[in-house]
This record gives sequence, C-alpha cells and structure tokens, in this order.
Amino acid sequence: MATKGKDAQSPLTDPQAQTESTAALLRELVAHLRQNRTQLREEWARRITRAQLLTAMTEEEIFAEATSVYDNYVEALETGTFEALQAYARNLSERIIPRGVETHEVVGIVLLLRDVLARSLFGKYHEDFDKLNRILDAYEPAANRIANTVAVGFVQERERIIRQQQEAIRELSTPVLQVRERLLILPIIGVIDPQRARQLTEQLLRAIRTNRAKVVVIDITGVAAMDSNVANHLVQTVEASRLLGATVIVTGLSPEIAQTLVTIGVDLSEMATVGDLQGGIEEAERLLGYKVLPLEEVTPKA
Amino acid sequence: MEVPILKQGHYLIASIQSALTDADLSHLREALIERVGRFRARGVIVDVTALDVMDSFAVRTLRDIAHMARLRGAETVIVGIQPEVAFAMVQLGLTLKGVSTALDLEEGLAFLNMQTQVRIERGGPGRIDRG
Repeated sequence: MATKGKDAQSPLTDPQAQTESTAALLRELVAHLRQNRTQLREEWARRITRAQLLTAMTEEEIFAEATSVYDNYVEALETGTFEALQAYARNLSERIIPRGVETHEVVGIVLLLRDVLARSLFGKYHEDFDKLNRILDAYEPAANRIANTVAVGFVQERERIIRQQQEAIRELSTPVLQVRERLLILPIIGVIDPQRARQLTEQLLRAIRTNRAKVVVIDITGVAAMDSNVANHLVQTVEASRLLGATVIVTGLSPEIAQTLVTIGVDLSEMATVGDLQGGIEEAERLLGYKVLPLEEVTPKA
Repeated sequence: MEVPILKQGHYLIASIQSALTDADLSHLREALIERVGRFRARGVIVDVTALDVMDSFAVRTLRDIAHMARLRGAETVIVGIQPEVAFAMVQLGLTLKGVSTALDLEEGLAFLNMQTQVRIERGGPGRIDRG
C-alpha cells in the first residue's frame, strides 16, 4: 500500500513543491477567469437558460445572480477559503427557495459553471497538454469543493425552512376541549409522528387530571393515514388514560384506516371505537349518565 | 416504610406516602390481603398519588393485590396515578391489565360504591335468597 501511495506522488516528489506549484497554477487560473469574466459569465447564463434551469427567475435576474456567483466562485478559488461563498450560498438560497427553485436546479447551475470554466481552460491550454493536465489537477478539487459547498448550503437552508414549518404546525397542534362536565374531546388532524404523539398524550393526560375527566373522545377523522407505529401510539394513549381512570372512545376511523389496521394486524380490541364523532359523544354521554332529549319530550305541552 | 391501612366502612384504604422498597411492597400486599378477610372488606383502594416513579415490581405487586383481593371477595381500585407515571408505564408496557383505576380517592370511592351497589341490589350482603 505504502509503495503504491509513493508511486502516485512520483511526478512531484517534494510535497512542498507540489503545493507551491498548485498555488501558482491557481493564481494563473484566477487571472484567466478575471480576464474573461464578461464572456464566461454570459456563456454561463446562456447555458442556464438553454438547460431550462431557474425557470422561476427572469433572464436579468439570472444574469445578476450569475455575476455574483461567478465573482464569489473566483474569489473562493483564489483565497482557498469558502466562508464567504458559504454565506453567499445561504443568502442566495434564502432568496430563491420561496420562489420554488429546486435542489436539482441549484446543483445543475453550479455544475454548468464548472463545465463552462473547464471548457475555457481546454480552449486556452489545448496546445500544451501537460500544462492543461496540471491546471485541471489544481482546478478540479477546488471546483468540486465549491460545488459541494453551494449544494450543501442550499439543502441546509431548505431543511431549516422545513424544520421551521414543522415547528409552526406543532404549535397549532391539538386542543383538548371540554364539551360537558367530565367529557373531553381531542380532535386529531394531520400526521402523527412519534414526537407529536408524545406531546399529544402528555397534553391529554394533564387535561384529564385538571378537568377531572371520566370519558375522552379522540376523533381521528382528520388523520389521513395510519401505520403500526401510529396505531401503537394510540393504544398507548388509551391505556395511559385508563390508568388515570378515564375511558377513551376513538371515533372517525376512515374505511382506508380500518382496512390498513386489520391488514397489518394491529390489535385494537382493547379500544372502544365508534363510527363518527356524534356517535362517540352520544356513547360518552350514555357512560356519564346524560340523556339528551328534545325540549317537547321533557316539558309536557300545556 | 410502613404503609398505613385505614378502614373506612366496608373499604380498606392504603395510602402510599413515599417511595417504597420491594420489601415494603410485599409487606403491603400481605397486610392488605390479610385484612380483607379480617375486616370482611368489600373494596380496597390503593392511593399512589405520592409516587412519581413506578417500576415493574411495584406494578406487578399492585396487580397481584387486585387479583388476590378479588379472590378474597373484595374489589380493588388503584387511584392517583400521575400523568407522567401513566405515560412512563405504558411506554414500558406496564398497563395494569384487568385492574380498575380511578383519578383520585373520591373517584375511587364512587367507583366502589357503584360496584357494591350492584351487588346489594342483587340481594344484599349475606342475604340468603329463599326463592
């Protein structure tokens, strides 16, 4: 293994000399890119339009962004530091994500720039093959790192936005409502993930205690899909409520969910289920000893 | 620590005041089962409001108490399980199956009254139906 590593290094035996020459080559490269800034930039913007990337933006916008990306790109090549580029990528992502720019577009344009610049290098050094090789050796790793930085910056920004939205949804979360003395309703809407299920259960248990509830109706009409994890959370919620002395009635299982649960074999035999919320409340009232009657039946007609 | 067992009418009330060792729990179980017979109790209430941790041995002992008391003719109800304790219990799969539970002492008494009411209505305690 060691010999092999040495062989690969053999053209440049002194690592110090190698670094130095890489730096010199990069300097030359940067000078070339500065010189042909206008032309390369235009070529790049043209290629972006032709590849039908960034369709959400106008041509002027693309050109303006292309200019600043280009300058940042050259600067990163020159200085070898990526902080400025990283900050710019984040800032750019912040601006373009709300306009519906996709990950593949961002990666696509950075790869296009890489390609445009490489082609220009081919054009310049095509007579000196040896030099071209060395220039590419210096250019490629830096270019890859730049492409990486921009793509990662974009994805991170995207994930940050997704997290933010999840947070917002969670805050809207789930109200526990008292509809009658000792009767609570918990309507669940949307996706139940482990974290939300936990929060939901804790909230419900606290509410049972403070409201001294005896019956709880959990309505899952608004839950689109259910898998064994969610079903188990539900079972846990029911059991925990029972430990606090409250009976739970689950309502609003859609036909799809009913089929899924039976197919995947979740045992819900311990759970009281009623078709819809109305039926659930009626059942709960029965358990609590209420009886709802129309007024005529209670007050005899005079 | 010894758990005080109070007699209230037809019921025995064991109020746990602090965390118990396994030995304390076993002792509580034996004392309760013995007293169910001695006082001819109709119901047993175990109040666990003060417990903020419940391990598998505690849960098993409570379940055993309920089943043993039932064999001796008394209904058991566990009252005052804290929300956090309940949540931890179901996550550990300790769900006290087949054991009645109630929110607090008041609810527990109401529950036992309802249970024994049914029995009294069916003929009263100790009454021999002469047909």
